[in-house]
Amino acid sequence: MSTPNASHHHEHDHHDHHDHTHPHAAIEEEENPLRYEYLLETAIRQLLNEKGVVSAEQIHRQIDLQDSRTPAVGAKVVARAWVDPVFKARLLKDPIEVINEVFGLDITTPLKVVVLENTPAVHNVVVCTLCSCYPRMLLGIPPAWYKALDYRSRVVVEPRKVLAEFGTELPDNVELRVSDSTADLRYLVLPMRPAGTEGFTEEQLAALVTRDAMIGTALPLHP
Amino acid sequence: MSADNHDTDVTKTWSAGTPVRVKSQPPEFHCRTPHYLRGMVGEIIEVAGRFRDPSLLAFNKPGLPMRTLYRVRFKQVDVWPDYNGCPTDTVVADIYEHWLDLITEDQHEHA
Repeated sequence: MSTPNASHHHEHDHHDHHDHTHPHAAIEEEENPLRYEYLLETAIRQLLNEKGVVSAEQIHRQIDLQDSRTPAVGAKVVARAWVDPVFKARLLKDPIEVINEVFGLDITTPLKVVVLENTPAVHNVVVCTLCSCYPRMLLGIPPAWYKALDYRSRVVVEPRKVLAEFGTELPDNVELRVSDSTADLRYLVLPMRPAGTEGFTEEQLAALVTRDAMIGTALPLHP
Repeated sequence: MSADNHDTDVTKTWSAGTPVRVKSQPPEFHCRTPHYLRGMVGEIIEVAGRFRDPSLLAFNKPGLPMRTLYRVRFKQVDVWPDYNGCPTDTVVADIYEHWLDLITEDQHEHA
């Protein structure tokens, strides 16, 4: 982040040699390769490579796979559930099996994915108070706020207040159900289909399904 | 590793609707039960299946015998005395059988 002084320095670089501000200091700090965690990760990775436990290629393939999982995968699943009751019934019973079959994916996981269906009576929201458990196989990398102590500690204590900060207000008679992902289950929220979307294609519906709607902190977008 | 970490009966399964209390004693070894639920009374809403025991996996053991994992629902007003939401609100956690006790009449009296 440049200070006003620093940008002035850039604009007049050739005739302002007396300005000794250091506009790049903050960037150096952020990307410091000597950070403890960076060195630790590099050391462990190289050891695993050298000992033949896992190759560099396998690690990069896994990173590619992880990067290919984005909230777009979850959004397609939700949109299909909105238009296809048979798919939805199977999704609620055995999500990974039906998602792999219908979307041609090859998700394998020792964890159990549970789909939490929102209804007019129950609104679900997901947290992992102990760490950062998240349905990565369907939504990819969790957002920073999901892993932050602030969200993790507050959403179980004052969930309505936290949801209001996301712009989500629920009626008083709705059961706001916080699922704390404490063990081997990973939760995907199946939001309710927004009104006014009759006749929408699956693609148009999927565009309304945000990541936050599948965590439960927000509702799907309105058409 | 002590054998008392294993209950003798690990095969029985409690059904949805069963009231349970989260064990409140400090857990032996690795426990994935959030502190805010220790000693709380809730209701099983789903039998999630059987998984390797995290309290043993944490110590590089095979995690056997497998343990039944339950989804247990608690009323927010029971968990937080000054809860500022609605009385209908709930919190659900995934808790293993050996970190739960069945509620008996006797325990109700001492609640």
